[in-house]
Amino acid sequence: MINWLANPARFMRLSAWALRWCAWAAVVVLVVGLYLALAAAPPDYQQGESVRIMFIHVPAAWMALSVYLFIAVASAVALVWRHPLAEIAARAAAPIGAAFTFVCLGTGSLWGRPMWGAWWVWDARLTSVLILFFLYLGYIALVNAFDDPARGGRAGSVLALVGVVNLPIIKFSVDWWNTLHQPASVMRVGGPRIDISMLVPLLVMAAGFSLLFLTLLMLRMRTILNERKAMALRLNAGTAPAARSVRERAAPVHPAVP
Amino acid sequence: MDGIGAFLAMGGYAGFVWPAYGLALVVLAGLAAHSSWRYRQSSETLERLQQARGSRR
Repeated sequence: MINWLANPARFMRLSAWALRWCAWAAVVVLVVGLYLALAAAPPDYQQGESVRIMFIHVPAAWMALSVYLFIAVASAVALVWRHPLAEIAARAAAPIGAAFTFVCLGTGSLWGRPMWGAWWVWDARLTSVLILFFLYLGYIALVNAFDDPARGGRAGSVLALVGVVNLPIIKFSVDWWNTLHQPASVMRVGGPRIDISMLVPLLVMAAGFSLLFLTLLMLRMRTILNERKAMALRLNAGTAPAARSVRERAAPVHPAVP
Repeated sequence: MDGIGAFLAMGGYAGFVWPAYGLALVVLAGLAAHSSWRYRQSSETLERLQQARGSRR
């Protein structure tokens, strides 16, 4: 299945159809999720209405982690099997993961202020998520730092794989260290410890964010494929600025080149 | 009217709940808008290049 999909031409055909479907599904699920989160879910008995921030914050945190895992797996596939689409998928996913991480940090700050009395504390959970955000930014900077996309992709893949160490640190930071952040209440051994009236909106929002991720992932992958194809056409035609500068640099050595 | 007012007040947490939702909306919608703008740009560029190439042959 993955092998069959790893053909760029086939991906372009299939994703054109899947993209539209996913985008509409994302809109519908997110609208339902927002209604559930803002209106249908009850206020918390301790935190009052401020608990509604959870319906953005927690799904964004899940996305921040799972998108990074996606990038790491795609990077491993790109390094080991050299699938043409794997590196493009990782590259396309990084800004989406960074956006979700930023939303997680921002909403966490807005939730921390009324509940903990601080916008930010340097505790294990918050700090490790901030490191995740910088890993995303570092990955994006690194893959774009090379003129040759293949070299940039390889360097980025290595960074993405090294950064995987951070994922278990984030997940278990609330158990390993004494933090202000509460421990897991949904993804825990023994099942969720959260009331169904809040669990349902949370899961609907998480599904909406996942659909949004898939939509943006396909859109950005198609963009990169378009750009690579355009670059190849330009190089063939010899009109690309990069191609011209290479020839100019080579001119003294090969004066016969017209 | 009172219902809407109470809804907007968010039990006194309006200053935290609404900015949180606003932040998510701005960041994610901004990313979506930028992604689709770049996609359209790349499609147009590619089409132009392919046409230019076709006319030369």
